[in-house]
Amino acid sequence: MSAHFPGLVIIIPLVAAFLILIGALLDKRLAFPLTALALLGSLVTAIGLLARVMQVGVVEYHLAGWAPPVGIAYRVDHLNGLVLVAVAAVAFINLLGTRPLVVEAFGDRLGPFYTLYILLVAGLLGIVVTGDAFNLYVLLEIAALTGYALVGMGEGRAPLASLNYIFMGTVGASFYLLGVGYLYLVTGTLNMADLAVRLPALYPSKVVFSAFVICLAGLCLKMGFFPLHAWLPNAYSYAPDPVSSLVAPLMTKVMVYVMVRIMLFVFTPAFAFDLTAISEPMVWMAIVAIVAGSFLALSTRRLKRMLTYIVVAEVGYMVGGFWLGNRLGISGAILHIINDAVMTLCVFLAAAALIARTGSDAIDDMQGLFKKMPVTMAVFVIAGLSIIGVPPTCGFFSKWYLISGAIAAGQYGFMAALLLSSLINLVLFFRIFEIAYFEPFEDHHAEHPTGHGRVLSAVQEAPLELLVPLVVTAALLFALGIYAGDIVSLIIDKAIPLGIV
Amino acid sequence: MKTFALITVLLLGGLLFYGTPDFPDWGDPASPASLHVSPYYIEHAVEDTAVPNIVTAVLADYRGYDTMFETAVIFSAGIACLFLLRVYRRKSARTRLYRHNLTGVTLRIAKGGKLPEGSAEFERIDSVWVPYDMIIKVTSRLIVPFVQLFALYVIAHGHHSPGGGFQGGVIFGAAIILYALSNDLRRAFRRLSEKAALLASAAGVLIYVGTGLLCLLLGGNFLDYSMLAEMLHTDAIMARSHGILIVEIGVGLAVMAVMVSLYYNLSSAGRHDEGL
Amino acid sequence: MESLLSNFLAKYNYWVYIGLVMIGMYAMIAKRNLVKKIIGMNIVQTAVILFYVSIGAKKGKTIPIIAHGHEETGHHAAQAIDYISPLPHVLMLTAIVVSVATLGVALALAIKIYRQYGTLEEDEIALRINEP
Repeated sequence: MSAHFPGLVIIIPLVAAFLILIGALLDKRLAFPLTALALLGSLVTAIGLLARVMQVGVVEYHLAGWAPPVGIAYRVDHLNGLVLVAVAAVAFINLLGTRPLVVEAFGDRLGPFYTLYILLVAGLLGIVVTGDAFNLYVLLEIAALTGYALVGMGEGRAPLASLNYIFMGTVGASFYLLGVGYLYLVTGTLNMADLAVRLPALYPSKVVFSAFVICLAGLCLKMGFFPLHAWLPNAYSYAPDPVSSLVAPLMTKVMVYVMVRIMLFVFTPAFAFDLTAISEPMVWMAIVAIVAGSFLALSTRRLKRMLTYIVVAEVGYMVGGFWLGNRLGISGAILHIINDAVMTLCVFLAAAALIARTGSDAIDDMQGLFKKMPVTMAVFVIAGLSIIGVPPTCGFFSKWYLISGAIAAGQYGFMAALLLSSLINLVLFFRIFEIAYFEPFEDHHAEHPTGHGRVLSAVQEAPLELLVPLVVTAALLFALGIYAGDIVSLIIDKAIPLGIV
Repeated sequence: MKTFALITVLLLGGLLFYGTPDFPDWGDPASPASLHVSPYYIEHAVEDTAVPNIVTAVLADYRGYDTMFETAVIFSAGIACLFLLRVYRRKSARTRLYRHNLTGVTLRIAKGGKLPEGSAEFERIDSVWVPYDMIIKVTSRLIVPFVQLFALYVIAHGHHSPGGGFQGGVIFGAAIILYALSNDLRRAFRRLSEKAALLASAAGVLIYVGTGLLCLLLGGNFLDYSMLAEMLHTDAIMARSHGILIVEIGVGLAVMAVMVSLYYNLSSAGRHDEGL
Repeated sequence: MESLLSNFLAKYNYWVYIGLVMIGMYAMIAKRNLVKKIIGMNIVQTAVILFYVSIGAKKGKTIPIIAHGHEETGHHAAQAIDYISPLPHVLMLTAIVVSVATLGVALALAIKIYRQYGTLEEDEIALRINEP
């Protein structure tokens, strides 16, 4: 059976999606356990797959029994094995943690909600595992389409934000598709490995260069890279809390993964880093992204909105680190995909718990929360420290690799941007800690002008269902930090092509 | 905004123009795209799958995995519309109109009100009700069965002529939408209820995925239809042909149901009381 | 001049698709009505479909359905040169479905927005958001 793992990791959630819908028509309470079971299966398979990859190397799976390039093949190496586990784990933890919130917000439509949830996860897992450029597009659209729907169910301006997200996302995906079409036009194949073989002879062609630029632009749009980020803060901050804690950690990270995959394994590093003079400008754009994201985060007094701007800055970390073009920088970028997924999950889950209990996401309404919700706030502090980059949390280690890479590449501007952003994150989080720890809580929530706040004296610790996943995620932050060296030497090092020093 | 749009569009156009001179000419049989993978399909599709329509063979077999997700995409669109729009509220939230069929008198029932017992002569009508139009109703009644029959033909004959699950499913869905348009939403519900449409859409995709899983359980790779040979009492090649037909039926069912469900939700803005 | 024109005509599908992408993008950025933007998005997607389908074309060749009679021996070995390339058509069947699905979800969101603000003009929506 383990030979079928690359297929099963997607098929289990996919089959479950339809069973969940049918099950929920019979009894709504079936939806959650079915989803949990399917995602657990997917997680176990993903871990099994990673273990297999670490033992035997690249695992290939030919769907429908046709060998590529005629058929579609899944190709799992160290890179996507690792990202696969991260995606499955984040989706699973978030599912367990957000159940009470989902029941409260979508009690009348649990079946459709969990169906969309699991289809989104299946799409993301598929993006990570596939070895076919067009198949990636289809999966991208599954993940995007379900994401639009989930985001659009939020309160207030969510539908508008989601429609903007559709516009940007569709243009991004269409650009990617167009880029793949350009490559298909000159090579006749869609399989990534086959493309990598056939492209080098065509490097002088203008078509290949256009394809490169169009693909990259589409992916940057999809991942919310700075000047193209406009859709991201609205979409993620107006989304319902259980959705933003799924989408924010995964969507942008998976898109960064796609960029790494396309640039390293379709266009070879020789083309991406050396033949096109694009690395330098990309690193500079990343610097702008980091600085702009950090300052935008400073400018807002809303918790979730601040976190989404941090996401924008973190995308800058990863993109910049990747385009440094050396082993340290790329290792840092890949490690940061994993770490940032867990960190973002942790802060968004904690934020969801805080918002659910206080009824407000204004930072100024967080007074006295350390006393009222000690565990949640402790987890929030840990996640904040990790985002700032304090050892031994994992955020420190990926930042360490990124900074070492910047020094090795002589990109001192990037290094400075990383340090500046750490500093700003420090200010951001300590501002919150200060309000939540030192300022005494007044019962001003009761006559709060917006009126939707609950009386603070009634605020209490988040339910156990949410606390356990929160604590687990926080523990994961430490674990990822402590084992960062092993992850890099055993997995990430083997994921990067040998040609890169 | 307009100047910004112009600049962006011109930049994009410039980028696209830049690459185009290096394209092979349009319709050139010696272009790289026509020389690498696609000749394999043309030359081997019949001997591999016994399906003369190569598009069908590639769609449902060689690249069947893409098609499975494409069905999943359309399924998620149906669920997404339901999730976004559906209003779960009891009917009496609005005033309703009833028409007495014999006299043409229209009754207006206030919120929460009820029609007196034994009122079979009254018929619920939409607030934008247009007088009974015999031409439209009779024509649609005449057309609908033939459209449906044609849809089934398109699904079943996809192996030999242009057609297949998507096309047939859309045509079948269009027939039901035509019925809903020429009558009203409530009558359409009597033919195909919301739940039935949902079930059919999930079942359709499940047929596809289930066939794939069956192949996997029988020892092949996912979606490797040749594994079905023993079960279908044929050889591996005909098994592929039959496998394609099975998944096309699944696709047709799913697409039909989703199209109808999309119409239900979009036309009534999720209230499911009055359509277009 | 002659060669320029023939060069232009030899790729005219590709020029048309670029024009369509530009029209669609312009509509998406410059128009203030949400439904017009949705239409612009659809034009972009359709342009990509045109591009792909153009790749598959071979001048003077027939559709990719192997000619066969009703007799048992009807099949003869097919030559790739006689039929247009099937792969882009398969891919675009998928892309059409994706664009229909996106359109459906976008329209659903537009209905939701209309329900909320009573308008689909972006400027008016911005006014409604800003007023308390």
